[in-house]
Amino acid sequence: MSPSGDSRGPLADGEWHRLHPATPLLRGGIALVAILGGLIANFRDRFVEFAVGVQEDDPLDVLIGRGLLLPGLLIAIGVVGLGILGFYLSWRFHQFRVTDEVVEVRSGILFRTQRQARLDRIQGVNLVRPLLPRLIGAARLEVSVAGQDAGVRLAYLRSAQADGLRRDVLTLASGAKRQTAPAASADQAGGVVAQRIGELLAPELDPADAEVRSVVRIPPLRLIGSILLSETTVILVLVLAIGGPWIVLSDSWYALFGILPALLGMGSLVFNRFTRSLRYTIAGTPNGVRIGYGLLSTSNQTVPPGRIHAVSVKQPLLWRPAGWWQITMNLASGSANQNGAGTPATTVLPVGNRADVERVLALVLPTLSGPDAEGVLRAGLEGTGGADGFINAPERARWLRPFSWRRTGFTLTGSALLLRSGRVWRSLVIVPQARLQSVALLQGPVRRALGLATLHAHTVSGPVSTRLDVVDADLAISLFADVSAAAVTSGAADTTHRWNASPDQVPA
Amino acid sequence: MARRIEVTDGPWRRVSPKQVGVEMVGGIVMTLLTALAAAVAFLLDIPMLGAVLSGVSLLSLVMVLFVPRRVRAYGYQLRDDDLLFRRGLLLQRFVSVPYGRMQLIDINRGPLARALHLSELKFVTAAAATGVTIPGLPEEEAERLRDSLVQLAESRRVGL
Repeated sequence: MSPSGDSRGPLADGEWHRLHPATPLLRGGIALVAILGGLIANFRDRFVEFAVGVQEDDPLDVLIGRGLLLPGLLIAIGVVGLGILGFYLSWRFHQFRVTDEVVEVRSGILFRTQRQARLDRIQGVNLVRPLLPRLIGAARLEVSVAGQDAGVRLAYLRSAQADGLRRDVLTLASGAKRQTAPAASADQAGGVVAQRIGELLAPELDPADAEVRSVVRIPPLRLIGSILLSETTVILVLVLAIGGPWIVLSDSWYALFGILPALLGMGSLVFNRFTRSLRYTIAGTPNGVRIGYGLLSTSNQTVPPGRIHAVSVKQPLLWRPAGWWQITMNLASGSANQNGAGTPATTVLPVGNRADVERVLALVLPTLSGPDAEGVLRAGLEGTGGADGFINAPERARWLRPFSWRRTGFTLTGSALLLRSGRVWRSLVIVPQARLQSVALLQGPVRRALGLATLHAHTVSGPVSTRLDVVDADLAISLFADVSAAAVTSGAADTTHRWNASPDQVPA
Repeated sequence: MARRIEVTDGPWRRVSPKQVGVEMVGGIVMTLLTALAAAVAFLLDIPMLGAVLSGVSLLSLVMVLFVPRRVRAYGYQLRDDDLLFRRGLLLQRFVSVPYGRMQLIDINRGPLARALHLSELKFVTAAAATGVTIPGLPEEEAERLRDSLVQLAESRRVGL
């Protein structure tokens, strides 16, 4: 199937492969051993006393004394052996392969499961290194496709192999002709330890993408500032400032039981945000935007072109003096559990200034570039209304949006729908027309009385809300017609499912 | 100042008038049940709950009165490239779904609708908010519509 000039790595050759030998240990085995060890250490004395009726004696002495050493040892060895056999079998039966069409995983000893991810449906490829696997040089590769918790996880692979496999999967998915030179092996002189340290320190372990540079760098001070000025911190401070004195004055210490867990939860939230964002990187690669996070456990996700369904640029009130913005996005590969470093992050830029915003938007929405895009962007982010390229809500909308009606507006570019809103909490939402699933026009009694309407551009679910809450009713009708027509034409012209395919390769 | 939104783009295809019966029965059952619950609440001397329940009951009675108009407000058009759907009197909603975006089409029949040979067609896209459900279609029309829409969706298939 594969031509002779093929540069694919050894893992993407279409044959079945096994995972890292330490996989069972990393996937809970260590925890099991530790728990068992702890249990045995804690309960040994009591257990011995209960079972044998002898106190203060070493169990081995007891066994020897009763001539039971051999059976005891055999049982112990048998249990351990069974465990090892189970781990070994589960590892042996857990296999994956990467063909030209799919990434496929099969696993299970008694109950076999098989899972496929079609390459042209890939929504993102995520390379995750939790702390422990990272220390022994293993990484997890997650190939996500559209749908809740859909996708294939390859946990765990050798770090260097995982990098190669990610590149291969993305190259295969892009539909590009394979012609790049094979990547040099990452193995260098200096021994295992040096290599391990090198891997541990490197944010990007991909030798082929060595030239990839993050376009944004978040200084630690800005990160700390952004967290201190966030709503979470304000609530935290308020709770402490009001709750602390109240507890002391009214002598109601029992209230601590209610407050403490909440405080701990908030604290850990803030701490997680901090450590996650500490080594944030974002870079453009031929196969999409690559966003890296994490200090101890790292996660590195690649979002191919055309997989971003909506982007929102927001500025909380407290960030305005500093001129900071945050960018989030809607992805089709939503995951039900948002905890842990492995889930696809929907935050594109945790905090950045205007220049950062422009650079990041140019990466995630390359179609939104051009001479006039800059003006549109400036108006969308900082404009206060009036004739600045956006069509804003009429004055009678002030009954519904007393502060922001001047700024609540939209504009249609060739490729995107831009929705601007918020005077206090400024926000700009950009929806690529090629990703629109459907469009709705809504009007309730209040808006009808005011001659207004609501437009809702439906995209896949995520943190970005793509609603234009107030718009002139007549304008809304023509906008509805324009957007629904644009959704059809842009959708039909879109070829990003095979983003690097040359025109003659695109199947009819 | 007050303006009603109206997408004027060709004739609307309406749902079967028999759908009035389906929604009417549902509304009446709701009214009676809440009225009964209110009566029980008053008997048990819980006036607050009773008042709330009678309010709900009255509201559903009003809703029942508007059922014929609400059913007439359902409409759909098969345009060249998308399906246009409308519903609602007080809360108006127009939705346009490009054929290529339809991921699957469901046909549902409730017990009441089945007795009247009606079906409900539900369209699912990748966006949960799309929420397009055409009720009150005669069975054979629903199936015909589904088949032609599946065909249209297949011929205009686009990515996500």
